[in-house]
Amino acid sequence: MHNSESSLFEKVMALKAAGEFAAISALIPYSAFVGLELVSDDQGLTTILRAKPSNVGNSSIPAVHGGVVGAMLEHAGVMHIIHECEISRFPRIINISVDYLRPCLGNQDTFARGYLIRQGRSVSNVRIEAWQADRQRPVAAAHAHFLMG
Amino acid sequence: MNQLTHYAPDDVQAVMEQLPQIRALRLTVVDMQRGSCLFRVEYAPHLVGNLESGVIHGGVITTLLDSAGGAAAFSVAPLNSTVATLDLRIDYLKKAEPGKSILGFAECYRQTPHILFVKGHAYHDQPEDPIAHFVASFMIGSTGPASDA
Repeated sequence: MHNSESSLFEKVMALKAAGEFAAISALIPYSAFVGLELVSDDQGLTTILRAKPSNVGNSSIPAVHGGVVGAMLEHAGVMHIIHECEISRFPRIINISVDYLRPCLGNQDTFARGYLIRQGRSVSNVRIEAWQADRQRPVAAAHAHFLMG
Repeated sequence: MNQLTHYAPDDVQAVMEQLPQIRALRLTVVDMQRGSCLFRVEYAPHLVGNLESGVIHGGVITTLLDSAGGAAAFSVAPLNSTVATLDLRIDYLKKAEPGKSILGFAECYRQTPHILFVKGHAYHDQPEDPIAHFVASFMIGSTGPASDA
């Protein structure tokens, strides 16, 4: 590992210890590009994808691009692992499977929450759900594997 | 296949290139045929998902492949219909290299009256040396406002 890698990881671990998860999320340049934010409460982390005209991938509805929805679910999954697990390096995505359940409307914020299904020594399985106005009506759901070691 | 019953590949390309997220990501169509599409995304610092390595966010690859898959599906869908991603899965096979553009290819390999089955991959230089594999299914819908049942 070079110095920059270890210092970045140490910085993230320091932010985690301070409960500053929004600041961890904001370290990732792609977060600002699509408008990803993070809030934490006593239930855990919620990832927010802000309504942003440039995220639209279907102009007739208009709906958020499916790839951006997938990106949000992946981001929420990584952040959930950093929040829930003792990690010794950044989790790396192995694969993700996304189900699109309803149109993800382009003029509304989208929210996502992760659930750790299994934490193994080398691989973790996370489920992530995204919704807009009504949490009982998810717009998308995913499961993903992350390499931990 | 009867030309008049499908969208022309050039028209599909023109529609895709106008989508806000495709413009924001600066995705470009390299090749568009009936039933297949090749997109390219250029590397950019604001798309980085992993600060320690400078590797592009997985969500960029998801958007690249979902776009290519959507274009491939749209190009074989009946005229006056729409396509929407039903689900997708991405396997990350190796790290993308910082600084290099990424190509995303998708083809529709099976068509039924309601569902279009698509597969593809992302790579830097050689399709035989992929960064990611992709499978997805797209639902054929009619034009008009989407029902959120």
